Amino acid sequence: MRKPDFVYVIYIQTTPEKLWNALIDPEMTKEYWWRHRNRSDWKPGSAWSHENYDDANKVDVVGTVIESDPPRRMVLTWANPDQASDPSKVSRVTFDLHPLEHEVRLTVTHDETYPEMLSAISTGWPAVLSNLKTMLETGSAMPMARERRPLK
Amino acid sequence: MIDIDTFTPHTVYTIYIVATPEQVWQALTTAEFSRKYFSGFAVEVEERIGGRFVLRAPDGSEHIGGEVLACDRPKRLSLTFNVNWPGLVEALGQTLVTYEIEPAGDAVRLTMTESGERPIDEDIRSGGATGWPAILSSLKSLLETGAAPTIKLETPAKMLAALKRLGVKLPG
Repeated sequence: MRKPDFVYVIYIQTTPEKLWNALIDPEMTKEYWWRHRNRSDWKPGSAWSHENYDDANKVDVVGTVIESDPPRRMVLTWANPDQASDPSKVSRVTFDLHPLEHEVRLTVTHDETYPEMLSAISTGWPAVLSNLKTMLETGSAMPMARERRPLK
Repeated sequence: MIDIDTFTPHTVYTIYIVATPEQVWQALTTAEFSRKYFSGFAVEVEERIGGRFVLRAPDGSEHIGGEVLACDRPKRLSLTFNVNWPGLVEALGQTLVTYEIEPAGDAVRLTMTESGERPIDEDIRSGGATGWPAILSSLKSLLETGAAPTIKLETPAKMLAALKRLGVKLPG
């Protein structure tokens, strides 16, 4: 079996339901995902987009919901808006939520990438998911994540 | 002396923590902290090049042993990191763990890199690849909330099987 391009695992003291909601609720994502929202009806086959929370005309990522099995597993395609029609530039993200006794193991697998995208998401996911953990465990995200400028 | 540059990285894990570099360094290098986030295991490090590193199991035995290869508090620490099972180093070569701590906004970025003296197969790599996210998630919780969850971890069966095939004597 081929190794996926990028895998990140993080353990979060929460429930699968709260974690699932934190991935799709704009009031949550704006706190830990650099003031963005994820917009969709989250049904398989539907479109989704990752947008600026304050200006929906600024879209950073677009894709399709491939699988949605709340609160266990979500699979999305993931592309830059200006490259979404080029199949070689459409990557795939899988969220697996595995409940344990006191926490949830979240595994994010980002596959079918290309070099520039792999470089960007390899930096991005640890920061976003570290923030998500901080928000769910302490009630507020890292102060830096409320601004729109991602970490370098 | 071991040359760090000859080792090949095989597992990298990055996590952001709301803490100071000094707090993260303390958590990585003292038993008082490590017992809370590392399943009761006690870290002992002599903070100098050539110093001894031990990860002691709750029963007092040396589970992992090594030597400090780089020490720049509170930025960078490199250790050889060899599980104390007879035949393991002979089978796998030495393992190296490097922690890098960098300021990142109001937080710090901690990057753990595990490297090997020789290439290792995916089954053996699975031990560290499953262990580090749990250990460092727990360390983050401890520094941010004051309490660390005890994450129940099982050693991957495929790793144990692969070590056995290589002639490593497993405990128990």
